[in-house]
Amino acid sequence: MPDSTQIAHGASADAHSEHPPYLRHHFESTEQQADAAGFAMWLFLLTEVMFFGGLFTAYLIYRNWYYPAFVAASHQLNVFWGTLNTVVLISSSFTMAMGVWCAETRRKSGLVLCLILTFIMGLGFLGIKSIEYREKIEKHHVPGFHYSMQSFLDPASDPEVFKEYHDKPLAPDMAVHTELYFSLYFLMTGMHALHMIIGIGILGFMIYRAQVGAYTSGHTTFVMNFGLYWHFVDIIWIYLFALLYLISRHQ
Amino acid sequence: MSATIVSLPDQSSARIPKVNYITKENGILSWLLTGDHKRIAILYLISLSFFFFIGGALAGLIRLELLTPQTDLMATDTYNKVFTMHGVIMIFFFLVPSVPATLGNFLIPLMIGAKDLALPKINLLSWYLYMAGGILAIYTMATGGVDTGWTFTTPLSTHYVNTNVLTTGLAAFIAGFSSIFTGLNFIVTIHKMRAPGMTWFRLPLFVWAHYAASILMVLATPVVAIAIVLIALERTIGIGVFDPTKGGDPLLFQHLFWFYSHPAVYIMILPGMGVISETISTFSRKRVFGYTAVAFSSVAIAIFGFFVWAHHMFIMGISNYAVLVFSLLTMLVAVPSAIKIFNWTFTLYKGSITFETPMLYTFGFMGLFTIGGLTGVFLGTSGTDIHLTETYFIVAHFHFVMVGGMLMAFLAGIHFWWPKMTGRMYPEKISQLAAVITFIGFNFTFFPQFILGTLGMPRRYASYPPEFQILNVFSTAGATILGVGYLLPVLYLTWSLKYGAIAGNNPWQATGLEWQTQSPPLTENFVVMPIMDHEAYDYEWLERQKEIEVTHAG
Repeated sequence: MPDSTQIAHGASADAHSEHPPYLRHHFESTEQQADAAGFAMWLFLLTEVMFFGGLFTAYLIYRNWYYPAFVAASHQLNVFWGTLNTVVLISSSFTMAMGVWCAETRRKSGLVLCLILTFIMGLGFLGIKSIEYREKIEKHHVPGFHYSMQSFLDPASDPEVFKEYHDKPLAPDMAVHTELYFSLYFLMTGMHALHMIIGIGILGFMIYRAQVGAYTSGHTTFVMNFGLYWHFVDIIWIYLFALLYLISRHQ
Repeated sequence: MSATIVSLPDQSSARIPKVNYITKENGILSWLLTGDHKRIAILYLISLSFFFFIGGALAGLIRLELLTPQTDLMATDTYNKVFTMHGVIMIFFFLVPSVPATLGNFLIPLMIGAKDLALPKINLLSWYLYMAGGILAIYTMATGGVDTGWTFTTPLSTHYVNTNVLTTGLAAFIAGFSSIFTGLNFIVTIHKMRAPGMTWFRLPLFVWAHYAASILMVLATPVVAIAIVLIALERTIGIGVFDPTKGGDPLLFQHLFWFYSHPAVYIMILPGMGVISETISTFSRKRVFGYTAVAFSSVAIAIFGFFVWAHHMFIMGISNYAVLVFSLLTMLVAVPSAIKIFNWTFTLYKGSITFETPMLYTFGFMGLFTIGGLTGVFLGTSGTDIHLTETYFIVAHFHFVMVGGMLMAFLAGIHFWWPKMTGRMYPEKISQLAAVITFIGFNFTFFPQFILGTLGMPRRYASYPPEFQILNVFSTAGATILGVGYLLPVLYLTWSLKYGAIAGNNPWQATGLEWQTQSPPLTENFVVMPIMDHEAYDYEWLERQKEIEVTHAG
């Protein structure tokens, strides 16, 4: 094939010199491979931003339209559990970041410990979330399933929330829109929880792999990329916490 | 001037290389588990053609029903299902992946001098997702179909119809992820895998077009994914986001849907424009006029494409100010498209033009896409849009851009790179005939629909007033000719796999890196890593290479 060689003058043909086993055949160097994988992960997170973006758009539009209903419904959320969950998730992000550092510096037992801590805190987050969901079920605040507007038509009937916020009763045509708030609440936190569950599943797999030393021999791409994913899920929660729990607190 | 350039000295002595990506491994599993971008492209080509002919058969049924003003071939609700499935299959399973998943997959690594796409496993995964979505769509069709139109418009899709909205939505959702992964793979590959010397402004325009389309795939597709999730939840548990009785807004769905589906038409057309840039340069023997402008116009289309979605909603009750702004932005997106058309025309000027089949399809593209694009400006103008929307004018406009534009570009590309993909030439005379038949059939089919639209014939109805019959008969007759035009390539391309003339490395004497390696290429694409030391479309460089080769041989 004379044509294929003529443009390649000067290129050396020692493609099969020594290289680590994890270098895929189509990459020139491990740097290029890690670079490509990291870039791909960032792009994937970009698609995730757009995916959640649709939900955030819906939330912001309806909050604008049905402001009193959204404020009153937001007062039903438990800020204590929400804050605790935020702390748990940020701590898990810290242990994850430490895990990435351990992988890079080839500390096997440190990596396993960090991954296990992240795993436990991930489960802890879901546990706390389920306590909150249970509260909503007990108060009939799950849209579609015997939804009750009682807490908004007559706030005094819900003394715990009432003594903190002193909400005025909503007109019935506004109170119906609290159901939309809870739809969005369950949708957004549910979609976030789904990402957490997927992440915890991958963490379990990674703990197993880390124990056999798969990530502490120089090939840290998978841990790095999973770390990015975990931080992303964390950031989504921080936005959810602010939008769903906090911004209506003093309204 | 000879009519073709396939008469070069190395043609007669060319042999199909014994080792290439097709012969490297054997057995069905070596194809189904492959990581090779070229093999995945072939898998896509076969499955895409399958879905195209299913979608085409549905189109045939639509035209047959519309032959007479009465509803005599099928019941009206069957007709609704037929046109819905035609749209779903053609858009999600043919047009969106058409050029990127086949030609883009095959050629981008070759064009930039890489051994493969950056993420071969993800590439294979995206084919499996595509097949899963496609089979689900076919299953949906077989078990009762769906009749919302391919747009799943609320509240029809959430509250009123009782057909398979969920499974069809799921099929589109899965296919969407296939598209996301393809786009993501292309962006990473183009950024990270270019050969030494392959700077951004030495990339073939085909690669630029795919880069722009990939940005759209990555950014827009997730939005339709969440819109489909919301539809599913609205239908199953009634979350109320699109339900006016609960305070939700059905229009929000349309905003989310068109935020994807308008950029989606650029996902469909941009790769086709990439093909045209390659063929027009090769068969004019000239560098593409205004290379930088054509490259940036692709990116400009991608960016503007995000800000025009509401022109699908002018009569849906959005505010007058929104109509004004979106109308203006729609006019703006015509500018980069026009830049491309003008630059291709200037490329032809004083070029040494030859009329091989890909070039005939290219001319078809330029004429039909221009008509499709200009009628788009009519529709972007809010006054005329109110008159023309939901009529056959829309149908004709969309088909001029997508079938006249995109499908012509797809066929141009398939013919142009057929020798590279298979190592054999397609038969030139009969394929030229097929290109002409396609062009004639296309115009017969869709031009009358412009007239029908301006006369006020609404789309999506199985019956129509008798005075429209003559134009509908024209259209149906044209569809028959068009069908022949699409069947012919399948026959002679399959024939050519065994009996076609051996192509040699570079039958068109084109300049791209993909032509400088053997046909069909090796699994690793190049024997040694290429170094790019010249601009794209540098025909003088190619001449010099031939001289060097002759002196070496002598």
